[in-house]
Amino acid sequence: MSQLLEVSGVSVSFDGFKAINNLSFSIGEAEMRAIIGPNGAGKTTFMDIVTGKTKPNAGTVLWGEMSRNLIGMNEAKIARIGVGRKFQRPTVFEDQSVFDNLMMAVKNTRAPWSVLFFKPKFKDIAKVEELASEIGLSDQLKRKSGELSHGQKQWLEIGMLLAQDPRLLLVDEPAAGMTLAEREHTTDILKRTAKTRAVVVVEHDMEFVRRLECKVTVLHEGSVLAEGSLDHVTANPQVIEVYLGR
Amino acid sequence: MQNTFFAKNPSILIFIGLLALFTLFVTVGSEATGMGFISTSFVKTLGKTLCLCLIALAMDLVWGYIGILSLGHFAFFGLGGYMIGMWLMYERTRDIVMGSLMNAALPPTPTEIRDAIGGQIFGVVGSNQFPAVWAFAHSLPLQLILVVLVPGLLALVFGWLAFRSRVTGVYLSILTQAMTLALSLYLYQNESGLRGNNGLSGLQNLPHLDAVPQSLISIWFFWASALALALGYLLCAWVVSGKFGSVIRGIRDDEQRVRFMGYSVEGYKLFVFVLTAVIAGIAGALYYPQAGIINPGEMAPIASIYLAVWVAIGGRGRLYGAVLGAAFVSLVSTWFTGGQVPSIPLGFYTVDWVDWWLVLLGLSFVLVTLFAPQGIGGLVDLIAGKLAPNRHGAPLGPDQGSLREEEAEK
Repeated sequence: MSQLLEVSGVSVSFDGFKAINNLSFSIGEAEMRAIIGPNGAGKTTFMDIVTGKTKPNAGTVLWGEMSRNLIGMNEAKIARIGVGRKFQRPTVFEDQSVFDNLMMAVKNTRAPWSVLFFKPKFKDIAKVEELASEIGLSDQLKRKSGELSHGQKQWLEIGMLLAQDPRLLLVDEPAAGMTLAEREHTTDILKRTAKTRAVVVVEHDMEFVRRLECKVTVLHEGSVLAEGSLDHVTANPQVIEVYLGR
Repeated sequence: MQNTFFAKNPSILIFIGLLALFTLFVTVGSEATGMGFISTSFVKTLGKTLCLCLIALAMDLVWGYIGILSLGHFAFFGLGGYMIGMWLMYERTRDIVMGSLMNAALPPTPTEIRDAIGGQIFGVVGSNQFPAVWAFAHSLPLQLILVVLVPGLLALVFGWLAFRSRVTGVYLSILTQAMTLALSLYLYQNESGLRGNNGLSGLQNLPHLDAVPQSLISIWFFWASALALALGYLLCAWVVSGKFGSVIRGIRDDEQRVRFMGYSVEGYKLFVFVLTAVIAGIAGALYYPQAGIINPGEMAPIASIYLAVWVAIGGRGRLYGAVLGAAFVSLVSTWFTGGQVPSIPLGFYTVDWVDWWLVLLGLSFVLVTLFAPQGIGGLVDLIAGKLAPNRHGAPLGPDQGSLREEEAEK
């Protein structure tokens, strides 16, 4: 099976500190992957590299059938070719309505000139409504997103991510600060998404990872320590030592 | 679509209506076209104020909506003024020179005419040659194009360099201020070709229209300024109303997030920066013929800081707030600095408002920033009863079925 994203031999250091050290990682189309690791393992830096926020010192990040190198592209371009990212802290535009937030994210031409003359077509509005019902915010479309609860903001951001119609979703701690019921809903959304797209979830919470029922990659000190099913990696003595044993 | 645009933004129609009423009132009150209870100089003041409102709109778009605190928009305003001033001065001087050369025995050659005009205009800086920048000064259409083109191009080049290197926040403000200062200092030099610190003068006299009294010219410019403000308001309101408005407000609040959605933030910033520079240039081109004189002092950094103060006091992030702020502060400023406000004798010290006005302005800026960040525009919310009870959507009563804040009657 061809891979959607192939990260190979990537290293990056900040002032001499190696945040990522010769990391290799790959994920195929329609696959769910969880990344776990202790604080400072390089999880967020990894996402920064894939999304173009951080330039690595060495290595390649290859994307899609054409194996295009993502390194050197800017964030907006990478987002346009199909990499979506959700931040740990929910970042929605609180000053604007849920509808506007989603409409901004719905896949359409992103150039200033065409956005200026943009008029939402029927299919765009239908798309927003469909997403809103998927994330359980149908009744809240007119509300300012700043008024939403923390969990609803997390979902709104996941909805915005889906609206972009990405081929790869990078999701940073989607369940942080959610109640148990909200977590279950979030798991459902992610699992459903992973049937058609690649989803990478960075998570601390083992229970949440277990519920995702997917392959797990353990990062430690900027490189892959173990990979496999959750039971497999949690049985690994090295993993127990650096992460679980404490 | 037209209908829904105005239906969604009722403030636009209210604004245009009030502006039309005001224009009608001034027309009826002016010396040239009405009963004459508004003096010509006050019509000019009002016309200039409308131009300041227009540049305040531009400032609100660039600061209140996309979040670039530009301290350089008066440079574009001044450039617009210089561009129209060059034609006004050239053409008027040509009228005078032609008048005197007519009496000569031999008809003057084109070179003689050109030298005579050059001598008249550049005598004060010890020259009689036209600098290269005056190449198009003989043509009104070309100079009108330059009114748009010169500020637009400067903004394009400056913005491209600044935004591409991702300079943001206070550093960007400092850069814009440095640009204004550099431009102003450059124009102070006689070699800049725009008469150094003398600037361009006599702009209130329109060429070929000696027979038309100033009272009529002033009302023409007042009308033109009102029309420009109305069109500028429509344009800005349209720009911020749709998805473009969503994106630029998103950039203001979290530009990194917008970038990860695939929007090229730099492109949007550049677009808005250039658009507002062009609006500022047009405002300047209408302002300086009413002021009569332009010199590099007009572009001093302090002018652009005033602009930010007007928009802050008026309430940034809403277009009519910027207009209200600019009109209110600049008119009050005219009143205070005009020496018409009685001094306050305190016995040991007399508060003279010409000196103390700036202190008052600074103080009100600080107070507005601290206690009323919505500015004067926030009063409109109070009147319209839109002030949210600030419950963040919490239920209004203890029962499960009770109304939530947004469902309840206002």
